[in-house]
Order: sequence, then structure tokens, then C-alpha cells
Amino acid sequence: MSNDFVQLSLMPLAIGVLACIACALLGNFLVLRRQSMIGDAVSHVALPGIVLAVILSGTLDVGPMLVGAAGAAIVAALLIELVRKVGNVEPGAAIGVVLTTLFASGVLLLEQTDTSKVHLDVEHALYGNLESLIWLAGDSWGSLLDPQALAEIPPQLPRLAIVLVAVSAFIAIFWKELVIGTFDTAFADSIGARPQGVGFGLIVMVAVAAVAAFDAVGSIIVIAMFICPPSAARLMTDRMPAQITWSVVFATLSAVFGYILAGYGPLWIGATSSVSAAGMIATVSGIILGIVCFIGPKRHGIRGAGALSAAPAE
Amino acid sequence: MDAFLSALVFQAGYNTTVVSIGSAILGASAGAIGAFVLLRKRSLVSDTISHATLPGLALAFIFMALVTGDGRWVGGLMIGAAISAGIGLVVVEWMVRHTRLAEDAAIGSVLSVFFGFGIVLLTVIQSMETGRQAGISDYLVGSTAGMLRSEDETIAIAALVVGAVIFVMRRSFTLVCFDQEYAAVRGVNVRLTDLVMLGLLLAITVIGLKVAGLVLIVAMTIIPPVTARFWTDRPEPMPIIAAAIGAVSAYLGAIISSLDGGLPTGPLIVLVAFGVFIASMLFSPRSGLFAGNLRKLSFRHDVHERQGMLALARGKRIRDPVTLRILQRKGLVRRDGVATPQGQAAGAEVVRDEARWALYCRLYPEEAAGTTHQGVTAIKEALPPDLIADLDRRLSLQQAQP
Amino acid sequence: MAIDNNPQLVNPQLVALDCVASAHGHPESPLSISGLTVSYGEKPVLFSVDFVTPKDAMLAIIGPNGAGKSTLIKASLGIVPRISGDVTVFGEPYADVRHRIAYVPQRASVDWDFPATVLDVVIMGLYREIGFLRFAGRKHRDKAMECLARVGLESFAHRQIGQLSGGQQQRVFLARALAQDADLYIMDEPFAGVDAATERAIISVLKEVNAAGNTVMCVHHDLATVPEYFTHVLMVNVRKIADGPVATAFTHENLQTAYGGRLQMGQVAQFAATGS
Repeated sequence: MSNDFVQLSLMPLAIGVLACIACALLGNFLVLRRQSMIGDAVSHVALPGIVLAVILSGTLDVGPMLVGAAGAAIVAALLIELVRKVGNVEPGAAIGVVLTTLFASGVLLLEQTDTSKVHLDVEHALYGNLESLIWLAGDSWGSLLDPQALAEIPPQLPRLAIVLVAVSAFIAIFWKELVIGTFDTAFADSIGARPQGVGFGLIVMVAVAAVAAFDAVGSIIVIAMFICPPSAARLMTDRMPAQITWSVVFATLSAVFGYILAGYGPLWIGATSSVSAAGMIATVSGIILGIVCFIGPKRHGIRGAGALSAAPAE
Repeated sequence: MDAFLSALVFQAGYNTTVVSIGSAILGASAGAIGAFVLLRKRSLVSDTISHATLPGLALAFIFMALVTGDGRWVGGLMIGAAISAGIGLVVVEWMVRHTRLAEDAAIGSVLSVFFGFGIVLLTVIQSMETGRQAGISDYLVGSTAGMLRSEDETIAIAALVVGAVIFVMRRSFTLVCFDQEYAAVRGVNVRLTDLVMLGLLLAITVIGLKVAGLVLIVAMTIIPPVTARFWTDRPEPMPIIAAAIGAVSAYLGAIISSLDGGLPTGPLIVLVAFGVFIASMLFSPRSGLFAGNLRKLSFRHDVHERQGMLALARGKRIRDPVTLRILQRKGLVRRDGVATPQGQAAGAEVVRDEARWALYCRLYPEEAAGTTHQGVTAIKEALPPDLIADLDRRLSLQQAQP
Repeated sequence: MAIDNNPQLVNPQLVALDCVASAHGHPESPLSISGLTVSYGEKPVLFSVDFVTPKDAMLAIIGPNGAGKSTLIKASLGIVPRISGDVTVFGEPYADVRHRIAYVPQRASVDWDFPATVLDVVIMGLYREIGFLRFAGRKHRDKAMECLARVGLESFAHRQIGQLSGGQQQRVFLARALAQDADLYIMDEPFAGVDAATERAIISVLKEVNAAGNTVMCVHHDLATVPEYFTHVLMVNVRKIADGPVATAFTHENLQTAYGGRLQMGQVAQFAATGS
């Protein structure tokens, strides 16, 4: 049983946790900046980038796909800005225009690949294939110390680990700029904290994280992780460090319980096959957010009754 | 090409005709309701609605498959989709109202969680019976190929009914979008109107699922209204223009799709609509990129020119290179920045305009507050000649005093 | 010139000319603007404003709603783009002397539900002092506490900013500006929506700051308090209407020109200095 676990479940679990944490970390800033839907847009537009990369490179190698997806994400972010500024279109609608158009071109391009020699699966892109990231060489816990077995771990794991380190480094290095620019853009501008530059950096990191996670766990989980754990954390605390910590905790819980529920849950109720792990992780993150909506100590924020009168007079 | 032309004029068989007309009606209804939703600044709500249909679709499929052995009945799927999308909407509303979360976070979390749960259910369907779920994946990207005639007709009629309701409700929608408080004063129930608006959006989304697919029905409610904004500023014509753009895009998209059975309808409709959007953004004479930029450039030119002349007359050195270049080209300053006689005269005229305006503001403060004259144009464009003459008289009197 | 002894005859144009003539005589002026034009779309919000802030002034920027007061500040600081115009801060381009300016935006411009404590916000004012890649240390926290004490909020340091009243929030912003140790303080409507006690507290701190040799500029709404609070005034309504010491520039005529029909004659008489 435990050896089975190492071979079949350890890697998907670890990859899921890494992907969820990387997305949730960045999601904190998206949610605070009221830009949650950027995460949605970036994950949808990865599709045309990937399809185009496959068509152009003629292979199913991961490298070109990642480049294509990241490129598409950045193009999307720029297009949204363009439509917003040039067309004077409100942000939500601008996101809607760009997201749906790029997704539509992705679907059409995908239809074209049916006839060519490579075949891509739209369902794979949406659901991811977390369950298939098994570690055949890892036949026991001891394999974790065996260099030969370690050489065969799924490449998604080191890739996501690097992305997580990059995301953490970005947030640590630009912590002050991110916080000040998110809280008070005009002030940030006046003291030279470059809120626009840092904002663009954030979008680039979001694209990188989305693309790396996309390949491993599918797009839908990426959107859920950008938004749900940080939103739940918002309802738990009024401090930035605690906000980050809670979001990481919630992301980890979603990944672990989601994976276990998807893999073993159906067996417990007598079904024969497991269900989508990515979908289940998103579902669990939603359940956590739902619970926190009812019991989170800071769920009301300043709109809550009596928040102002609760402040004692001086 | 011949096939395309014949389809355009309804010569490509009954089914194609019904599908294309049905899509056009759907596109018109989606564009019209989307216009109101855009004016309410809630465009992305349609994204939530469409993603939130997935669990309902899947549950309805499972339920029907268990009961009847076949889960593909369109009516049942639509009812399931509508119920779960409705629940999604209620959850978004509740979160915005009862927690500190902003609307974007509520929308994003509901759409991703509902969709994730829908995918879980899809994998359940996959494990149930093989080969029977083909119908469901059509709802992801949309397909009109192989639709039953009765389905075509259902969709067309449903879209027509929704369009009629939008037409009936248009006045209260416009009022609420334009000025919520005024609408309330006029006796419009704002909350109810909003509810009806979202209900119609939901209906259109569910009806359009099969045609455009889950992600792309969103485009049909966003792109045409956004495009319409390039052609009008007023709220009344906007839904009409949006409906027209929606109808044309959907009609063309459906026809192109019918020509080559393999191409899904949704993306084609969206790309046609996006083409119209891009063309409008570039070429609209009101606010298009070209016209707008030309106007902006000429405005900047005017500003620099007026300002430069003002500075000249006030004996200031001009530092701005753009201003200098513009004045030089007009022969108002020499290369070294010194005013030519012509420049001095022009500058004096601008200064006189400013003095006239200042006097006017002092003499007739009430009227001045209601007149727009920001100084970029000559004052004779803002005030009548006899008044200007009167101001000049007073100014010369004033200067005669010590 | 007639300006000094007979304010009833002030011609705004003459005032403008007067200042322009001295424009380049003050390279040390905290904020010197020439030919500033800003527009949203194709409608100028500000047209050709020339202004030299006198050193050590306590200056009110007044004008009717939509007259471009806030825009004047934001365009000077490069927060909104300008079509034309030249701005120098202490005789140098703004980007080179950012650290000498403390800017306080309108209170309503930020989300007070943000997860930060009062102390966190004040420490934001120490951004430059803390430096790149570093976090606030004890020294910075102590300094922030001092600034909070100056505005009377030291006991609120660890509270979430959303729990404060409007007046307290405004004082947090003031404390953040104090932490910046600037030479020029630019405040956008510091008295908007605050209670009378807070208003007194804020003005006394600002007067302290001013007395210590710093320049203070406030976008201000309440004409009744202008003579009491400020030494200088800048009146704008798209153009500059008038500027100078309160005694000479804050007159009937100028107010009427700036506010047009939006101000009752009685009010004008009540507010304006009568030329002492």
C-alpha cells in the first residue's frame, strides 16, 4: 500500500501542492487589486499558445508549448490593456473580449491539428492529467534517496519547484512595492515605487505560474487556485503576512484533500474508478471558501455592521 | 464559394437555414441583453453563468441516463444547466452582499469551482457508460452539426421569445442602466429589473450553449455590445446596434460552420464578431483608433500653438520642443525662439482673448459658469461678436485708468 | 502696481503677468509650474497654468468642483500625463527630488479594507529610507510610532486601518507623510469628510510642519477657513484665476471669477478678505 502510494500518488500530490501554492501566492495580489479575472484570462488563452506552438514546432515537446503558452498569456495581457485604453472599454468587458477571442482561435486551431500528424486533446488541457504523473522507478519510500530513481521523477515536479521558487523570490524582492502599489497607487507613484512596472511584473509571473501549472494540472484548477485560497484568506485575517500564510495553507489543503478525494473517494463509496483530481481540487478549494464565508472571523470587513462604531473614541 | 453564397441566401437546405436563422436570432438577443449588462458594468457575470452551467448539464445527463438510458435530450440538459447557473448567480450575489469579497473574486471563485465540480461529474459520466457522452463535449465548444431539426427549432423559438421579452423590457432596462436613482424615483423596481436582466442573460446563455459552447457564448454577450459602443454614446441605440452586430456575426458564423461540418460554430461566430470589433475600433469615425488619434493629435497641436503664443506675448522663453517646432512651422518664432512680428501679433490676440474671458467671468459669473471656453480655441467660438465688442470697450476703458 | 493697495481692482491677468515675470527668479521655489495643460479626452481640465509656489508658504489651492485642483497636483507629480508644461521641484526635475516631496492622496482613493495595520501604512512613508530588498526594522518602527504620536494615534498603531473613522484615516495618511521627512507637503483635500476635532488636529500639525520651514500645499474646499489656515492661496478654474498672499489674492472679485454663479454673493462677501 505504502509503496503503491509512492509510485502512484506521491508525485501527483507533490506536483499538485506546488502548483496550488505558486498560484495562490500570486492570487493574493490579484484578489487585493481586484484583478482576479486576469488569472481567468491568462489560463484560458494558454490554449491557443499551446496549439500554435505544437503546429509550428510539429512536435508534442513541452518546451515549445510552454513558450507558446507564456507568449499567448503576455499577448493577452497587452491586448487587454490595448482594448481598455484605446477602446475606452471597462476592464471586465475588455477581459471578456480578449479571452473569448483568443480561446476561439485556440479551438479553431485545435480542429486544424486533427488532420495533421500531431494530436492534441482539448480535454487534457482543461482537466490536466495529474493522475498520470506517476513515478514508476519510485517503488518505495527509499527511492527518495536513490539517485537513479530520482532521475526518473516526472519533469513537472522540478519545473514547478523552480516556478514556486521564482514566484516566492518575486514576492519577497518586491514585497514593499507590491504592497504599496496595491494599497495606494498614486502614493506609490509619487515615491517612485513604480506601481505600473511592478503590476506588469505581477502579470508576467501570473502567466509563468499559470503556464507551468497548466501543463501539469490543467487550466481550471489554475483559475481556482488564483482566486479561492486568497479569497478565503481575506475572510480570515486583516494582516498581510497572515493573508499570505492562510492562502498557502488553504491551497495545500485543497491540493491534498482534493487529490485524495478524487483518487480514493469513489472507491470508498463503492465506485470502481476515480474522478478528475484537478476538478476535485478546485471543488475542495470552493468548499473551503464556502465554509470560511460562514465562519471566517474577518468575513465582513469594514462593510460589517458596527465596524466604525466599534472603534473606541479617543 | 458557391456553397457559401447559396447558404447566405437560404438555398442550402432546410436545416442550414433554420440553424443560421436560429443563430442570428440568438446573436441578436445575446447582443441586446449584453448591451444592458455592459452598461451595468457587469459583463463578466455572463462568464460565471456559462461556466456554472456545467455541473447542471452533467447532473441532468447522469439523471436522464439513469432513468431513461439516454442522457442527451436537449430540453432536460437545458433545464439542468439553467438551475445550476441560477445557483451560481445566487452564490455570487450572496458573496458580494454578505462578505467583504469584491465582485471579481466572487465571480472568479464561483466560475472556477462550479466548472471544476462539473469536470468531476464529467469524469463520473465517462466511467458510467462509454460512448454515450459525446453529446456533452459539444457543449464545451459548440456545434450545430448533426443537430436535430426539433433542436434547431427549439433554440430559434426560445431565442425569439427572450428577444421579445428584452424588447418589452427595454425602457426600464435603459432607465436602470442610465441612472439607478432616477429610475427608482420614476417608480421602476431596480432590484427586480436587475433580476430580470440577469434572468434573461441566463436564459440566453443556456439556449446558446449548444450553438456556441460554454466559453464562447460569453463572447456573444460581450463583444457585440462593446463594439456597439464605438458607434454610439447614447444608451437607446446601443442595444439595437449590438443586436445587429450579434445577428450578423452569428448568422455568418453558422453558415461558415455548416459548409465544413468539422468546424465548430462557436469559435467562428466569435471570430466574425471580433473582426467587426477590430474594424470598429480602428475605423469608427467617433472613437476609432485612426479618427480618435488624428483628433487627439490635432488637439495637442492646437494646445501647443495657443500656449506657445500666450507664452510669447507674456515674454516667456518657450522650453517645450514640440511647442517650438509648431510655432516655427507657422512662422511665429525664429529659430532662436524669438517671436517674429507675426508671432507677436498672434500672441497679443491670444492674450486679448484671455483678458476678454477673464472680464466676462467677472461681469457675468452666472453665464460664464454655463459656457465652455477652455482657451484652446479663439473666444469668438464661444461668445457672440457684439458681446466681444462690448468687452473690448470695457477693457480699453480699464486700461485708460491709472 | 495697483494690486497691493486696491484689491477691488485686481485684474487676474495682471496678477498672472506679475508672477510670470518672476518665474525664473525663483529656482529655489518648492514647486514651479509653467504652461501646464492637462486634458481628459479633448476637454482641457487645466489650461496654461503658470505658478510659482513661494518658499515656506502655507498654500490653499481652491476653486469650484471640477476646476482641476487635484489634477494640478497629480499632473505636477507626473501621476496623470500632461499635454504640455514644465514642472520643477526646488529648481530640479521632479524625478530627481522625489524624496523632498510628501504627497497625500484623497482618502477615498484607496481601499481601506486592505489587510494592513495603521503602523504598516505609516511605514510605507519610509519606503526610500528602508531601501531596496530590505524590510522595516526596529528603527523604522520607532520612527513611525513617533509620527503616529504627532497626530495623536499612537494607541491605534496595531489596529486594522478599516476600523478607523474617516478622520483617523486622514491622520494616518498625515503620519505617513510626516514619516517621509519631506520639504514640501502636498495634500489632496485633507479635510474632506473629517470631524471638527480632526480638522483642528490636522491643521495644527500642518502649521507645525510649516513653522519648521517646510512648504505645505492643500487642495481645500472650505472657503470660510482659508484666511485662518493659510498664508497663500492659488485659485484655479481651468485657468489660474489668481494667486498670492491671502490678504491680496483672496478677494471678492477673484472668488467671483473663479466660482462664477456657483457662489452666492453673500457668501463671497463673508469669506473674502476685504483688503487690510
